[in-house]
Amino acid sequence: MSDVSRRRFLGLLGAGGLVGAAAGAGAMRIGDRDGVSLDSAVAFDGPYQAGIITPAQDRLHFAAFDLTTTSRDELIALLKDWTVAARRMTAGLEAGPGGAVPQNQDVPPEDTGEALGLSPSQLTITIGFGPTLFTKDGVDRFGLASRRPAALVDIPPFPADDLNPAISNGDLAIQACSNDPQVAVHAVRNLARIGRGRAEVRWSQLGFGRTSSTSTAQATPRNLFGFKDGTANLKLEDPTLLRDWVWANKEDDANAGWMHNGSYLVTRRIRMHIETWDRAPLFEQEMIVGRDKGEGAPLTGVKEFDLPDFDVKRDGEYVISRKSHVHLAHPTVNDGAELLRRGFSFTDGTDGLGKLDAGLFFICFQRDPRKQFIPIQKRLAANDLMNEYLKHTSSAVFACPAGTKPDEYWGQALFS
Amino acid sequence: MTKRSFLAVIPVAAALFASGCVSTAGGNNKVEASESQCKSSVSEIAAGTHRFQVTNNGQKVTEVEFLTPDGRAVGEIENVGPSTTRDLTVDLEPGSYEIACRPEMKGFGVRTPLKVTGTNTTEPLDPALASAVASYRGYVDEQADLALTRTKDFAAAVKSRDVEKAKALYPSSREPWERIEPIAESFGDLDPRVDAREGDLEEGVRWTGWHRLEKDLWVSGLQGDSGEIADTLLADLGELKTKVTEVDLKPAQISEGARALLDEIATGKVTGEEERYSHTDLVDLNANLEGSKRAIESLRPYLESKDKALLESIDERMQSAFNEVALYKSGDSFINYEQVNETQRKALATKIEALSEPISKVTGVVTNK
Repeated sequence: MSDVSRRRFLGLLGAGGLVGAAAGAGAMRIGDRDGVSLDSAVAFDGPYQAGIITPAQDRLHFAAFDLTTTSRDELIALLKDWTVAARRMTAGLEAGPGGAVPQNQDVPPEDTGEALGLSPSQLTITIGFGPTLFTKDGVDRFGLASRRPAALVDIPPFPADDLNPAISNGDLAIQACSNDPQVAVHAVRNLARIGRGRAEVRWSQLGFGRTSSTSTAQATPRNLFGFKDGTANLKLEDPTLLRDWVWANKEDDANAGWMHNGSYLVTRRIRMHIETWDRAPLFEQEMIVGRDKGEGAPLTGVKEFDLPDFDVKRDGEYVISRKSHVHLAHPTVNDGAELLRRGFSFTDGTDGLGKLDAGLFFICFQRDPRKQFIPIQKRLAANDLMNEYLKHTSSAVFACPAGTKPDEYWGQALFS
Repeated sequence: MTKRSFLAVIPVAAALFASGCVSTAGGNNKVEASESQCKSSVSEIAAGTHRFQVTNNGQKVTEVEFLTPDGRAVGEIENVGPSTTRDLTVDLEPGSYEIACRPEMKGFGVRTPLKVTGTNTTEPLDPALASAVASYRGYVDEQADLALTRTKDFAAAVKSRDVEKAKALYPSSREPWERIEPIAESFGDLDPRVDAREGDLEEGVRWTGWHRLEKDLWVSGLQGDSGEIADTLLADLGELKTKVTEVDLKPAQISEGARALLDEIATGKVTGEEERYSHTDLVDLNANLEGSKRAIESLRPYLESKDKALLESIDERMQSAFNEVALYKSGDSFINYEQVNETQRKALATKIEALSEPISKVTGVVTNK
């Protein structure tokens, strides 16, 4: 199998979820170029949290939590308990040492059991702190207001936003990614279980197929518009760009030294009007995206990774429209700003009007949303031809702290 | 009443049964049964969990039981057909047993003795737990009495067709039941008879009990048989009063009861399903919470010595839950639950959820393993 066709094969698997989970996992292993099994474990501890530049897994369960406790000590205890459980689960262990089937039958098990017998499946669990953790309704519940990073701004409203507050924002976020959906759900479920009485689930989102690649070793998957997504994404193989655009630096903000080596996470649940999109002729779809559908090449190029040339005209018109998605999102029109995108496709049943409630759960990581997501989205919301087919229904922003040492808990530096 | 709550007592029973005898199952024991024979491959065996291969060599369907001297079957397998072999796993405490093979599954059958050796693993109850049982038993008796007294007045109002009076007495008649519901529910069919909601019952089963009268009083008007339903309710509560005095109460049932009451709130009360016509859910909810608190009270001295941090966490969250419920007090009772909006219901649910977590850990402390 040539590289190109293998990539295509993988792209289809990733984007469409065309095969069942078990068959998919087996098939995908064939295509893993690094020889890293998609069943394997990803290290939990390290300078950065796993789940950001980790090669994007195929499944997502994202959950935002609100704290029900107002005690700083209980919050710290929760983060400690979560870290221990997350460290265990990412290693393929049960959430608590007592396990799903404890010796003592009179206690509720410390693991819910549905991941017994499943491999780690490259599970990563990533935590983020929302603006409301620092101040909520003007109240500094946990004595953290002075540590709020300046970059952790509330995401401003954009034109045509249709945000549902019930599925937006949150005090804490957990992003669980895995190549097995049950492993990801198990992780969120057990953290929710451990959090009960201290934190409750505010909203959660499942994603069934990755829509970005975050490593050059990965094939570019397709989103529900049927186009390759994330071709020009930031990739783990380019540490200079990651330093400049993904990782927060202690020099950035004197109040938020604790965010050094962390990253800011923005999520947007984007409903896609796939029914009207499916009726659009191919030339229109390609004009909107700025790439061709088959290969994923920019309309001015031939191969997927050819760079777009926005100055090429044909019959007096730009070949890549100034209002195409690829142009508006491109670093050259955004003062060089780039994002590490890590989104997933979703379908959440139907909308009650005979249509699928489907779309993209957009996830991006960055050094500073004020310089990256917000200006880029402002430009897209105002001009993108694709907007006719999109509706943003949820929005959230979180500060994801740095990674942990084996004896540390998530966000420890914030509390010291 | 919920289907789920029947289950609440099962884990306790199972756990208590299994306690102390977790030795590995021996697999090669055999019982051969026929019309004239009940032959065991062993006549003496060490205490623990054992598997027996039961073979029916006879012509008729049989059953095999392991009986204690007072005739209790600690293990039995029914419907073993001719020329078939089935497996039976039994937990055996030290003592003398009889294996009974009963052709056609009736009569005395053929019996053979089995001696189980070893030391008795049933330890005497910790004194603090013994007094917890005594204290909680007193509470259950008292509440069963109170249920009967209050329901007498309620039933009288229904029978005299005084709708306003009956409506006023309805919620308080249910309070004692709601406080001890998990114990009351352990008496099999009593619970559906007195506390079934419309739609809970299988087709063809007559709907009786409080909620039938609730619908009559609030929705459909008193029916021809409303008085009869009231009498039946009273008789059933009389039965409850007798049964609670006979129940063999274990400490773990107290702690599991405390937990089950909160589960009742979380699944039936906070949602407004329990009192869907009268909307007196807050009265039930408060009574559930009181019952849970009283169960923990009886265990307090024990918990104080075994896990003080857990008890403190329960106390704090219990108080916080009561404070939340108190927001809706109105005179001696509570406001109509329809006046409690979604945000307020969620706040209630959150407090109950927070309390449920430490309470779910009490049984593990009580059984001390």
